[in-house]
Amino acid sequence: MTLESSAIFNLPFITVVLLIIIGMYALMFKRNLIKIVIGLTLIESGVNLFLIALGYRKGCYAPIYTNAPTTAMVFPTPQALTLTSIVIGLAVTALMLSFAVLIYKKYGTINAEKTRRLKG
Amino acid sequence: MFENLVPHLPILIIAIPLFGAFASYLFSKVSDKARDVFAFIVLGVTEFLVLVLGKDIYTNGLRVYTLGATSAELTAPTGYIMPVRIILEVDALSIFMGIITVTVAFIVFIFSLKPMKEYSGTDKYYTLMFLLLVGMLGIEFTGDLFNLFVFLEIASIAGAALVAFFTHRDESAEAAFKYVVICSLGALLVLFAVALFYGQYDALNIAYLANVMKYSLLDKIAFCVLLCAFAMKAGSAPMHMWKPDAYGEAPGPVAAILVTASLVSMYALLRVCFTLYGRGLNTEVIGWIITVLGLLSIFIGVTMALIQNNFGRLIGYTAVAEVGFILLAAGVGFAGFSSTGFGFTALQAGLFHILNDALDLGLLFLVSGAVLHATGKRNLNELSGLARNMKYTCIFFIVGLCAVAGLPPMNGFASKLMIYESVYQFNPVFSIIAILASIFMLAVFVKVFYSVFLGPELKEFSSVKEVPASMLLAMGALAVLIIVIGLCPDIFVNNVINPAARALIDYGIYRGVV
Repeated sequence: MTLESSAIFNLPFITVVLLIIIGMYALMFKRNLIKIVIGLTLIESGVNLFLIALGYRKGCYAPIYTNAPTTAMVFPTPQALTLTSIVIGLAVTALMLSFAVLIYKKYGTINAEKTRRLKG
Repeated sequence: MFENLVPHLPILIIAIPLFGAFASYLFSKVSDKARDVFAFIVLGVTEFLVLVLGKDIYTNGLRVYTLGATSAELTAPTGYIMPVRIILEVDALSIFMGIITVTVAFIVFIFSLKPMKEYSGTDKYYTLMFLLLVGMLGIEFTGDLFNLFVFLEIASIAGAALVAFFTHRDESAEAAFKYVVICSLGALLVLFAVALFYGQYDALNIAYLANVMKYSLLDKIAFCVLLCAFAMKAGSAPMHMWKPDAYGEAPGPVAAILVTASLVSMYALLRVCFTLYGRGLNTEVIGWIITVLGLLSIFIGVTMALIQNNFGRLIGYTAVAEVGFILLAAGVGFAGFSSTGFGFTALQAGLFHILNDALDLGLLFLVSGAVLHATGKRNLNELSGLARNMKYTCIFFIVGLCAVAGLPPMNGFASKLMIYESVYQFNPVFSIIAILASIFMLAVFVKVFYSVFLGPELKEFSSVKEVPASMLLAMGALAVLIIVIGLCPDIFVNNVINPAARALIDYGIYRGVV
């Protein structure tokens, strides 16, 4: 059995799907605001892992020039994308958590069902 | 005199507000006056540059700017067969959206000069406003999908922080939380689609991707994901619930610019449908799906607006309905997908309605901001008889009301008539639903007009004064634009809308850059 056909090769992609599904579940069915934030972070990790996994090319080296062999190197684009996305994700998470703190101060709870004054 | 400057305008128009965002914070450490003057200059320069670039693009066609290259037009580095650098591509549609965005931002800035003085944190308010502007301009000008994601996130973060500006109100944080969850989920979906493209084609450039697109199953999944993300961010039903919350809780001027932000998502949707995928998809089916989304938004927006009693929320629901009108027209345009016939008219009508929406809903939100500034209230049941003391605001509200409801001689009438005509040839029933929805919308706003501006004079409002001159000037500018476009729609449709619609249909020009 070759590496490509084995389940191990697809493991990163299976993890991606699992992370995104768990994140979506938390986003839709959890009522705790902090858990909603965690759900979104899980989706973000899933997408980041997806990008990183796509950056793998068989027989190529990571784009690090120090002591690099003369064979082909992969394009460093996915790594650059993931770094950007992680930084953005941090900012969004911080903003969401600060809103959660604000909601807790105003309503005295972070249960999404009890913090619903805007409806209709 | 700008020949040397024009090739660099796409990046300058993004960079100057970005500089302004952080420099204005430093200026506010000196004094509020210095910051206001500085922000005015930055926005004035941006507006001027965007108009210069607009003139250039409408006469000479598409303009490309490659970041980090030795010359702006060098899209692929020597020795490479595909573009690896970030490329800004500005065509007639991008600059059309850009002019709307900067103009609305400028007017909103003039409006916020006075009312925002009453609150603390004004320095951050201007920084966030500028960042929101940068995000929107970036989405419009970029030719790179990942770059689009980054600008989408910049706009979302700035927008969410602005929604929560009234932190003394309990509900603001709740609305802002919803807004940021929806926006970042949308942006992550876009990133997921970007990853799907990168995995297949090793590229991120929209024009290059469109050229090599194989319309595989993964591409179709990516299309669905992008459609969901941008429709959600534009506030289309069934994911519209964040919109009335956010618009109702945000300060009036912020809501006015958030309307434009959601229209920018609409632009991204059109760009993906027409330029990235184009005729390779089954345009009939996708067109129908978009049309049905539009009808659903119209129906939900109008019926929910009827029962609201918060001024901002009510306009928020009509904003959902207005986005529905644009989706309806865009869906018919995509189903038709030709440079003649009713499909092209529908596309033109949709783009025209984007312009009119930004102005009409912007004006209504500014009026709601003015009412809030003068009385401190936004509940329709508590407001009454304001026309006695706020004559000009009342007149501007009538202009906005007629424009949104689609009454002549306002601009809303011109674009809605085009929508009815073209949609009627696609499916008469849809057109009838749209006309009925417009009548309902008139009913909604007549109710607001009666309860806020007419009715008995209440004792608590007897000392209410007309809002300051700068706010009147901002609302007046929008009202004048609305009436001018309404009186001579032909000039705008032929000279501005037509090239923008053609840029979508003739996608070969945009794709041919790389």
